[in-house]
Amino acid sequence: MNLLAIDTSNQVLGVAILKDEQIIGEVVTNIAKNHSVRLMPAINQLMNEVGLTPDELNKIVVAKGPGSYTGVRIGMSTAKSLAWALDIPIVGVSSLEVLAYQGRFFDGVICPFFDARRGMVFTGVYESLVDNLTPIYKEKNISMEEVLAKLVDEKRRVLFLSPDIAVYKETIINALGDLAVIPEGPFHIARPGFLGLAGLNRAADPTHTLTPNYLRLAEAEANWLKAQKDNEQNG
Amino acid sequence: MKKDTIILGIETSCDETAASIVKNGTEIVSNVVASQIESHKRFGGVVPEIASRHHVEQITIVLEEALQEADMGWDQIDAITVTEGPGLVGALLVGVNAAKALAFAKQKPLVGVHHIAGHIYANRLEKEFTFPLLALIVSGGHTELVLMKEHGSYELIGETRDDAAGEAYDKVARMLDLPYPGGPHIDRLAAIGEETIAFPRAWLEDGSYDFSFSGLKSAVINKIHNAKQRGETLKPEDIAASFQASVVDVLTTKTLRAAKEFNVKQVIVAGGVAANKGLRAGLQAKFSETDIPLLIPPLKLCTDNAAMIAAAGTIAYEQGRRSGLDLNANPSLLLK
Ligand SMILES: [Zn+2]
Repeated sequence: MNLLAIDTSNQVLGVAILKDEQIIGEVVTNIAKNHSVRLMPAINQLMNEVGLTPDELNKIVVAKGPGSYTGVRIGMSTAKSLAWALDIPIVGVSSLEVLAYQGRFFDGVICPFFDARRGMVFTGVYESLVDNLTPIYKEKNISMEEVLAKLVDEKRRVLFLSPDIAVYKETIINALGDLAVIPEGPFHIARPGFLGLAGLNRAADPTHTLTPNYLRLAEAEANWLKAQKDNEQNG
Repeated sequence: MKKDTIILGIETSCDETAASIVKNGTEIVSNVVASQIESHKRFGGVVPEIASRHHVEQITIVLEEALQEADMGWDQIDAITVTEGPGLVGALLVGVNAAKALAFAKQKPLVGVHHIAGHIYANRLEKEFTFPLLALIVSGGHTELVLMKEHGSYELIGETRDDAAGEAYDKVARMLDLPYPGGPHIDRLAAIGEETIAFPRAWLEDGSYDFSFSGLKSAVINKIHNAKQRGETLKPEDIAASFQASVVDVLTTKTLRAAKEFNVKQVIVAGGVAANKGLRAGLQAKFSETDIPLLIPPLKLCTDNAAMIAAAGTIAYEQGRRSGLDLNANPSLLLK
């Protein structure tokens, strides 16, 4: 079983190849450079290095967001097209879940998040149980303030994981004090190997209809829906 | 006997997700287009983020249909071609990344294609080219005159300095409260109206083949505005007819002049506005007095599609042009 994992949903570009449960190759960069230009060459090079040809792949796993809309689409278009052309299964995994893997053995709750600007974050809260990560708060586009208020009520230790941790570090410590656990740099970067692991035994998604998990409507659509609602109320 | 060249084309530069298979650059084997127009209507124009989202939802479905309709397998396909620009960057990225994935998965050559080269080559699916030829490209994003001395060679001799012709149509349509897309509605009204208002024609400097439509657009807006202030009513069909007369006059006159100066053997019209009846009639009238053949493709090849990308891509492929797996979307790609 050869599995290719692809993550371009945020600044990290990650590609991993798993042979069953073993990572046999992994490429990770965390730089603000064009995913569209670099993704296919990264896949190609890694495949060459581990000595696999495209037709030897058995499964594609892709980080489906949330994250940068464009970044998510680059990974998703690539992954869907690969899975379709090679006629192999595809699995989409939440980008937040991949990040939560860095806290897989944390005794408490895990809060991975991505900055969504203007005080908003994309986040979900997970708990690490014996054999898996279990979501306890549904993934949402929500204000950090609201998330922290809920976490304060939990009265448990919370592990925060985010490439954007610097933006909210102070706010988090002010709200949770000693209950907040904020690890060092490398823990905040999603690893494509974990993405592969998360998708390894998961049932396939339908290739054609698998879509990004934006967690947010396009602005024009949100405005349009609001206008429709206002019209209904006035008319 | 020479083996057939079978090319897969992919186009996602704006609001159509399209895939097609073309044989020898001249024969459509399959041509699938998923239009998003219904989705964008509610916004009065194409919203780039929404367009990009639709492309991701449609891309593999459209590809599968194109292969099924052609009843062909991967071993028959010689190369993957895709629009690399110009267009909406987020929209282009979906097609470009899909094309790269296919090229890698099936170990096929990859060729990036210029969208306008595609529009020009849509005509070759109807009739073989004779060089030198002149192409007039008119669409929502383009107004260009391109001279071609041979296959795959494009010399830009004129372009718009501000708005594209199609853009001016959309703006005037909005002033007249016509639904999106406005071009066909203006065309329809113009057919029943009369040219009662003398709108300006932007000829620019002597000998220039460039275009400008922003002055005309402002003139139309001012005319409507002033009439409103004076409590007069202008007939929308007359505004449409007068506006369209100005656009058609400039486009046809410059095209004819360029055709004569460069001694071309063919004039071809391409792009969404090539579907405009007023423009078609204007061009036919002007060129019927010459012996230069005028080619205008059927409606479904005027608007964005992937057969035109595969057709232009066939020439690029045959000329040995290749793109790497680092191919990127280029929203302001130049035609070379
Ligand atoms: Zn076009």
